[in-house]
Amino acid sequence: MQTKRTVFGNRLLPYALLLPQLAVTVVFFLWPAAQAVLQSFQREDAFGLSTTWVGLTNYADLLSDPTYLNSLKVTAIFAPAVTLLSVGLGLIFAASLDRLARGSRVYAALLVWPYAVAPAIGGIMWWFLFNPTIGLLPYLLAMVGYRWDHALQPTDAMILVVIAASWKQVSYNFLFFMAGLQAIPKSMIEAAAIDGAGPVKRFFTIVFPLLSPTTFFLAVINLVYAMFDTFPVIHATTGGNPAQSTNILVYKVFVDGFIGLNLGSSAAQSVVLMAIVVALTVIQFKWVERKVTY
Amino acid sequence: MSAIEIVAVSKVYAGGVRAVSDVSLAIADGEFIVLVGPSGCGKSTLLRMIAGLESISSGTVAIGSRVVNEVDPAARNIAMVFQNYALYPHMSVYDNLAYGLRNRGVPKADIDARVAEAARMLEIQPFLDRKPKQLSGGQRQRVAMGRAIVRKPDAFLFDEPLSNLDAKLRVSMRGEIRQLQRRLGVTSVYVTHDQLEAMTLADRIVVLNSGRIEQVGRPLDVYHTPASTFVASFIGSPAMNLADAEVAGGCVAIGGREVASGVTGIADGKLTVGLRAEDIQPAASGAGVPFAVRYIEELGAQRLVHGSVEGRHLTMALSPDLPLADEIRVTVAADRLHFFDAESGRRMARPAHAPAGR
Repeated sequence: MQTKRTVFGNRLLPYALLLPQLAVTVVFFLWPAAQAVLQSFQREDAFGLSTTWVGLTNYADLLSDPTYLNSLKVTAIFAPAVTLLSVGLGLIFAASLDRLARGSRVYAALLVWPYAVAPAIGGIMWWFLFNPTIGLLPYLLAMVGYRWDHALQPTDAMILVVIAASWKQVSYNFLFFMAGLQAIPKSMIEAAAIDGAGPVKRFFTIVFPLLSPTTFFLAVINLVYAMFDTFPVIHATTGGNPAQSTNILVYKVFVDGFIGLNLGSSAAQSVVLMAIVVALTVIQFKWVERKVTY
Repeated sequence: MSAIEIVAVSKVYAGGVRAVSDVSLAIADGEFIVLVGPSGCGKSTLLRMIAGLESISSGTVAIGSRVVNEVDPAARNIAMVFQNYALYPHMSVYDNLAYGLRNRGVPKADIDARVAEAARMLEIQPFLDRKPKQLSGGQRQRVAMGRAIVRKPDAFLFDEPLSNLDAKLRVSMRGEIRQLQRRLGVTSVYVTHDQLEAMTLADRIVVLNSGRIEQVGRPLDVYHTPASTFVASFIGSPAMNLADAEVAGGCVAIGGREVASGVTGIADGKLTVGLRAEDIQPAASGAGVPFAVRYIEELGAQRLVHGSVEGRHLTMALSPDLPLADEIRVTVAADRLHFFDAESGRRMARPAHAPAGR
């Protein structure tokens, strides 16, 4: 095998060229991460004057903390719900558009728009739409006899944050599924049609299996998104309330650390989150590359 | 098995492009029809209208005695072999073959038997458990054929099935398709741009040009009596030589030089004359017309000599045994000439003669 290698005359030049990127990575990722790991083994007094080494106490406390266990449970509902909703809707939209003969470009453009909206603004928009006093949706729900109040009802609050968090993600998933659908040769669909499979059967026996690598990739990406990137959505809508019912892990890190100023516990929580992200990334690379192929 | 009746079929795309115009064709039960023409001539569109993958703008297509214009592809009971094979990549070869049968609710034991029979016929039994991507091009082609066979359809539709194979495999698969079709006796419509495939496979060739039928006929009839200059230049390799000529009193002149005489049944005037490469023969010195040799293609069994007569480019096929000079003299028998209208390019009938070249 031939590989083309560029050789630098100066030995330091390659390192100099890498330095800006490395500096950004070190300052904004590695250093804070290391600090979090360090802090997770420490306890600080309320005024930040003294720091004590406490070993694994912070982690042990987490496991016996009912609010943390609740947050785990909330995340275990929230993240899969967001993933299911956004991946599902993305697939439905892409599949519908694929069958559309005319105007599909216009629809595609419109469907991609939400992705350009900042998450916090998206959150506010849904907060308005679902606002119990001035919102449009509670007004409509009241007509069918449902009294919507996400400020008091944990279920309503969860539905709100799931919808608000999924909304812009649908665009992202839609784009991937569109690309995936376009990669399926038209003749394969025609062959299936001649083989006596109707549109629904074709979708489930041919199209969906061929999209499985895309689907798996998106499932992992969306899971990671729902667990770690949904802070602005929660912050702009429910703030983790009512009664901790939407206080997902990443939001609890913020609340405990920056509002409660319990830095040790907050750091331990972020280290746990970091471990989850690493695990998901490993799964993605192991599976997407090898297992989910046809 | 059944006949296919195409009556005045047209295809007009949104935007007014006429891909197929007013095509009528009666295909007999068990017949092997090859649609041939250059790309964009509408041959694939016509095939796809028979399959039901393309709507029919006007006219009717009937399979058996049933008009199928509004019938789904699935309900037409046809099978199609695609250029890219269109095998389902996530299914084993067995499942690829069984898919169409399962969709139609054929009992499991029956499916097993039919897949086994098709696999035996195509010699793909060892691959039944493999995925398509583990197969070579030729094996995939066989699987695609197998998928068509197991269904026991009324008709096979082939859309350039051999164009993705290398030259050698193409020749052997061509032979297999022909034998298989003979054995099964299923009506077949085969689309290709390769005139050689058309000549070797077809019971009847349909030559299409710009969405219209130029000529329908048995391969040798099309070869020996092409209906137009288009067919003459498309069918046969090398293509038929065509040259502007003038006929006066039974004498044919190219560029003012008389090349043949004693032609009957053709009115005097300007026209296009066609000569097959193998009909031009070297003449004894002093006889015939001078032929300036430009270059030679050696094909082994024969030798294609490209040159010109009076500035008109001509190709002739000679035996390699004949010695060559820079200028040779050639002659052509009057009854081997083809005459086409100079304007329309249509063949001119020669009532005094039987079809030329038998």
